[in-house]
Amino acid sequence: MLKTPLYETHLALGAKMAPFGGWMMPIQYQGILAEHAHTRRSVSVFDICHMGEFMLQADPALSGFDRLVTQNITAMLPGTCRYGFMLNEQAGILDDLIVYRINKASWMIVVNAVTTPGDLAHLKENLFAGYSLEDVSSKMAKLDVQGPQSQEVLKNIFGQKLEELNYYTFSEFKIFDHQSCIVSRTGYTGELGYEIYIADDYVGRLWELLLKDTRVKPAGLGCRDTLRLEMSYPLYGQDLDTLHTPLAAGLMKFVDLSKDFIGREALAREQENCPKEHLIYFQADSRRAPRHGFAILDKGRKIGTVTSGSFSPSLGVGIGMGYVAGNYDIGAQLVVKQEAAEIPVAVVKRVFLNKKL
Amino acid sequence: MNIPKNLFYTKDHEWARIEGKVAYIGITDYAAHSLGDITFVQLPKIGELLKQSAYCATVESVKAASDVYVPLSGKVLSVNTQLATNPELINQSAYEQGYFFSMEFSDAAEKAKLMDSASYQQYVEGLSK
Repeated sequence: MLKTPLYETHLALGAKMAPFGGWMMPIQYQGILAEHAHTRRSVSVFDICHMGEFMLQADPALSGFDRLVTQNITAMLPGTCRYGFMLNEQAGILDDLIVYRINKASWMIVVNAVTTPGDLAHLKENLFAGYSLEDVSSKMAKLDVQGPQSQEVLKNIFGQKLEELNYYTFSEFKIFDHQSCIVSRTGYTGELGYEIYIADDYVGRLWELLLKDTRVKPAGLGCRDTLRLEMSYPLYGQDLDTLHTPLAAGLMKFVDLSKDFIGREALAREQENCPKEHLIYFQADSRRAPRHGFAILDKGRKIGTVTSGSFSPSLGVGIGMGYVAGNYDIGAQLVVKQEAAEIPVAVVKRVFLNKKL
Repeated sequence: MNIPKNLFYTKDHEWARIEGKVAYIGITDYAAHSLGDITFVQLPKIGELLKQSAYCATVESVKAASDVYVPLSGKVLSVNTQLATNPELINQSAYEQGYFFSMEFSDAAEKAKLMDSASYQQYVEGLSK
């Protein structure tokens, strides 16, 4: 089991630790509900060092990099980042990732922990000559600082210039005597927030510095999951996998069909024939939580499976998502079920909580 | 770890407080703490007949759902309706405000199958080793 540079720090803070994607990660410190509420109200810092980062020097067209991701990366300006997918030939999702354009031919690719080795192999196999690719995951740390007061907190550390960052843009900042780090205005919580990439050796100091601000509290992966679910952000391995395409997941806005990429043909074909399944979002009529693996039923007939579900702390009811066969309109009444647990749910639109980012 | 002296305990971390012919049932502080923030409880129906060690309730935390087994046989007299809207009472006060239900138990001899506080304390300490 891998450990982040902050492992001992989490233990000292009394965190409950559990394995996630091959890493021993903090699930909670004081409690998932308290940490969830604190993130929505103030600022939380999350240890996200488990995620993978690749540094790529490449011309996007000549190296073939543009063919490996679904987002239109050639149109990106330096200092911006874009969410999208890496697909296989069948358009199954190998990973969801964020591409950062550092300058014309310099990129950072941020991927999920468990998919890091596979993504690296896929990139190496499919990139042409004339590029350099480095997996920096084992020396680059990542902290997410999320919450409505995150900008005020980080301005004290990085200066006024931080204010200039718009949603899905980033910049390089200096900290601790010229140590460079990347700060992007991105996140997985639905709150105003930032993701900070810094060398492993400095992440302990940054963590301490952040927690010196009384507005900031540590938060674990437990509330990261409830926060992202309330925003209907998918989690790779649960809501996204190689068996489903961006079309089935309803995430075509992160796919540019006007360019060539691996999986494009299969995706275009699927679009003509309609996908066999698609991801729906639903809300329970009680506090009872749909859970990963529960069956989704329409009048007693199984139509699909829950991929993610939880009690929503903000809404006070159970929420979830899952793939179903067939079309179900907003408001359709379904049941999610496992053994004795039978939860009536209504289909809702994609975002459970409306937030301006 | 709060383990009151006057209660009876099961290996599945339920407790029973006996007052005459009535037993109050709940889950222990250890169980509530292990589950984390409790968000939902399904309680038995009033009048339901329960058999010792059989399923009687479901408790859900943010991360998981768990079954609760009844420590004694008997008939459900009343349920703690507070838990429908405030299940966090179980985390805050596992033995008082967070009780699940009361029951008229049918066989006092069944108490022999339950642990007293000292045995439960020992049992829990064994688990965390």
